[in-house]
Amino acid sequence: MKNKILMKGNEAAAEAAVIAGCRYYFGYPITPQNEIPEYMSKRLPEVGGTFIQAESETAAINMVFGASAAGARSMTSSSSPGISLKQEGISYLAAAQLPCVVINVSRGGPGLGNIAGSQGDYFQATRGGGHGDYRTIVLAPANCQEIADLTLEAFDLADEYRMVVMILADGFLGQMSEPVVLPKPSGKTFSKEWAVGIGNKNKVASLILSPEDGLTKHNYVLKDIYDRVEESVIKYEEYMIEDADYILCAYGSSARICKQAIQELRAQGIKVGSFRPITLWPFPYKELKKATEGKKRVLTVEMSFGQMLEDVKLSVNGTIPVDFYGIPGGMIPTPEEIVERIKSYE
Amino acid sequence: MEKIIFAGFGGQGVISAGKLLAIASMREGKEVSHIPSYGAEMRGGTANCAVVVSDDEIASAIVHKPTICIVLNEPSLDKFESLIESGGILIYNSSIINRKPQREDIKIYSIPCNDISEHNGSIRAANMAALGALLKVKPELATMESMKMALVEGISERNHKFNPTNIKVMEEAYSYLK
Repeated sequence: MKNKILMKGNEAAAEAAVIAGCRYYFGYPITPQNEIPEYMSKRLPEVGGTFIQAESETAAINMVFGASAAGARSMTSSSSPGISLKQEGISYLAAAQLPCVVINVSRGGPGLGNIAGSQGDYFQATRGGGHGDYRTIVLAPANCQEIADLTLEAFDLADEYRMVVMILADGFLGQMSEPVVLPKPSGKTFSKEWAVGIGNKNKVASLILSPEDGLTKHNYVLKDIYDRVEESVIKYEEYMIEDADYILCAYGSSARICKQAIQELRAQGIKVGSFRPITLWPFPYKELKKATEGKKRVLTVEMSFGQMLEDVKLSVNGTIPVDFYGIPGGMIPTPEEIVERIKSYE
Repeated sequence: MEKIIFAGFGGQGVISAGKLLAIASMREGKEVSHIPSYGAEMRGGTANCAVVVSDDEIASAIVHKPTICIVLNEPSLDKFESLIESGGILIYNSSIINRKPQREDIKIYSIPCNDISEHNGSIRAANMAALGALLKVKPELATMESMKMALVEGISERNHKFNPTNIKVMEEAYSYLK
């Protein structure tokens, strides 16, 4: 209890990155993630790190490219419109197999949108966002403790698979304060022989023009990595699944609303459970399929018009009906609305 | 589980008051969450924060229907009075709220937060008066001792010099309610 600290989600992410050994942060301000660069601007100089407020989001992600190419643990963060601007750089990082962590504390969209939390960036996060045949690992925390734990782990995953790892949070999680026990460093080490100035190679590249099949071969190299990630990096949480008639499927903030709805429904004798994907890519297709076997219906709940819904449908694959409840534009569903929807099935 | 809204003008310290309560309750082993209000209302109008204090894991930290509402200005009373759960608690700042609350199914406490703050020598501690009143009405949330410790933990060091006044205001408000 004593080592608990009341921290904003944004601060928890920033401190966890420092604990993970991140010493290079590049970013450009945008609400609701400003506490991350604010924290890093104060904290990184204390540990011998470098903080740069870049001239733009594009510049920031390319500075991450540079730091990562030299073998350093580096990170950037932004919110939805800023993450859009970083997509070109993310695609280049993916091509060059450079590890880094990108945090999206998402807000309402499209366009400049508003500054409240939203889950409208699921497609962008899990379907690439930038161009080309690439993947990023996407982790979706649902509370401040998990923001800290997953950010720490993100750096290990990034180095292990040499991939971009995105933390997909939202404005509510970033601004919320909760007790956090700061995680300890994992102690894992990774060879960075591929990095410029560490091994024998003196370049990293995201352009492969020759030989003629060079890019195709490179894409297969990436594909092998993505296949391995799909096999070994799956995270999810099940809640009161066993005897449930209905399954709520939600991630991040909306999963917490679902949990509250489940408690209210259970008090009324209606058997409901929930499945919360924590890795959005790779999505826990098999695990969700198994959790929904023999159930009457799945209700997907999102702060959007239904984006993860497509993955839920792919997973369930027509075996039971999949319904959707959501609200876009920076609003959050109420537990009552979810309770009403579930009761309408009875 | 208590779902608490602190609301007032931006600058009245409602976000800080919520954070101090969250820290004090956390130090007593409770599960807590704090969410500042967010959006256009931060610029002018009303600011508010939602604090949940619970013995168990907090599912949703978003407060749609508060069990306790502390309002420091009239626009906040207008906004939140109707949302309080039946049987809940309303604490309002009678120094600057001129109308009487209308609800009859909740417990209502009137406390002159600004006056208590001012005759202790500060125009900025109305939020502390509200906290003092809250601790009297709901002692389960946190003790006065934990709250005093929260003042050290939750307030930046350069403002610690205001804590003696903060504590006086809190204690006077605490004993103001019988």
